[in-house]
Amino acid sequence: MKVRLALLLVAVLLGAAVFAPWLAPFDPAETSLASRLLPPSALHWLGTDHLGRDVLSRLLWGARASMGAVAIILALVLALGSLVGATAGLLGGVVDAMLMRVADAFMTVPTLVLALFFIGALGTGLTNVVIAITLSHWAWYARLVRGLTLSLRARDYVAAARVAGASRLDVARRHVLPAVGGQLAVLASLDLGHWMLHVAGLSFLGLGLAAPAAEWGIMINDARPFFRVAPMLVLLPGAAILLTVLAFNLLGDALRDRLDPALQGHAH
Amino acid sequence: MLGFAVRRLLTLVPLLLIVSLVFFLMLRLGRGDPALDYLRLSQLPPTDDALALAREQLGLDQPLAAQYWSWLSGALRLDLGRSWSTGRPVLEEVLHFLPASLQLAGTALLLVVLVGLPLGLLAALYRDRWPDHLTRAIAFLGVSLPNFWLGFLLVLLFSVQLGWLPAMGRDGPASIIMPAVATATMSACVTLRLMRSAVLGVLGERHLVFARARGLPRRTILGRHVVLNAMIPPLTALGLHVGELLGGAMVVEMVFAWPGLGRYALLAITNRDFPVLQGFVLVMTLVFVLCNLLVDLAYAWVDPRIRFGARAA
Repeated sequence: MKVRLALLLVAVLLGAAVFAPWLAPFDPAETSLASRLLPPSALHWLGTDHLGRDVLSRLLWGARASMGAVAIILALVLALGSLVGATAGLLGGVVDAMLMRVADAFMTVPTLVLALFFIGALGTGLTNVVIAITLSHWAWYARLVRGLTLSLRARDYVAAARVAGASRLDVARRHVLPAVGGQLAVLASLDLGHWMLHVAGLSFLGLGLAAPAAEWGIMINDARPFFRVAPMLVLLPGAAILLTVLAFNLLGDALRDRLDPALQGHAH
Repeated sequence: MLGFAVRRLLTLVPLLLIVSLVFFLMLRLGRGDPALDYLRLSQLPPTDDALALAREQLGLDQPLAAQYWSWLSGALRLDLGRSWSTGRPVLEEVLHFLPASLQLAGTALLLVVLVGLPLGLLAALYRDRWPDHLTRAIAFLGVSLPNFWLGFLLVLLFSVQLGWLPAMGRDGPASIIMPAVATATMSACVTLRLMRSAVLGVLGERHLVFARARGLPRRTILGRHVVLNAMIPPLTALGLHVGELLGGAMVVEMVFAWPGLGRYALLAITNRDFPVLQGFVLVMTLVFVLCNLLVDLAYAWVDPRIRFGARAA
């Protein structure tokens, strides 16, 4: 039940993101001073913003920007975390000690503030927001992968593979990755909503996409001066963020219950 | 205890060095010419002469190691340089804005403890009955709410509709209520969930059966055996929440025009004001590291195994 609802919600949101160019009734950046701050109508289902842009179209394109950013963060964090974690776990010794010291340093500062640090160094823009969020989260994944790798290395079947002549790379690919995959999926699905909130928060601060672009955080920031006149312009993008994060969290909870009952109660 | 504190303090020094060095290198090796940023912020035209002069004045013509050393030796003397946009000492400015952020994060932390723990206990004691379902539904919603958006919702309800609370600023105790609630909600909900599962865990343990068999009154069992034991995991997680709350506060500040570090850091980021960025990173890292240290010391005080154990790092 929970899994189905979560999958349905995520599928709808992903559909909106992927098909935004075909679903959106208007160009999300097309301004029209004649139709500013219009209430919902047959033409503009969710009304228009302070520049006369169609809110529904902007929400749909916003899904594309937000979900796209989260998808890339997911790929980058998994790649970087697994690479560093597996390297540390399989090689051990000095390499392991050094990599884990670096990971510790990254884990000292809370993720959002660390992301702010990196944006400060790299400059603003959605690409840098994605890089900053990746850099502030990989260490947890590296730690998890390292721990699992170490425990796997001690298992008999892995030792047997080594004795049978498998190289370290073979061991990593054939034995470690499949075993680590489930755990990574659980952790990552619980983090998706967290990253979504980071992307939205940093965009809200004006550090992500530049102003004319359609993204939920920046839409809220854009609408601030008109908050009292047209609160829907703030409420709708926020509701979109909430719905997406809810869907991700539901999916994460469901996956955790199914794949890893021991992790119950884990909260980020 | 003192020895433990000193040992822990000493491990912080390399951490601060690494963080400041990495950040320094990222700033200097990143895109753009710092001298250009400096001239732009000083509102000087970027002529060749001006650029050359700025590089010399800022020491940008020197090797990176020398530049870092001059910044570091300044930092050791509590001199973090001057902001390129305002011309005032960075440390003075950061210390001017930091208290408001700490106040907001601190109030939020208080809310997290005062709301999260009792509601978690309540949910566990009424397991699978309506108070449990209700608090769990709220907690699930709460961990998915963007804090800044929650801020707008609160303003809409309590300022615009009801007119009970001021919508912005830092003026009197009423003005901190909404920013603190918006900042605290996510952590409070996480704490609630942790407390609920911790209480359920303790309730299943054998010494409770024995306590009941001894005829101890229900109040004593709940207070002394259940709550005290169950509080350990959520309190452990509080150390993490302190950092998250400070970060969250910096976003929420923008909604309520709360005069904290958020706006200051944001300006520095968009302006690429190098001395401010470096100072901000150093001071914030120091704050987090000290928070972690306080939490560690609290454990060591509670649990002598940590105090005397080898795991000092």
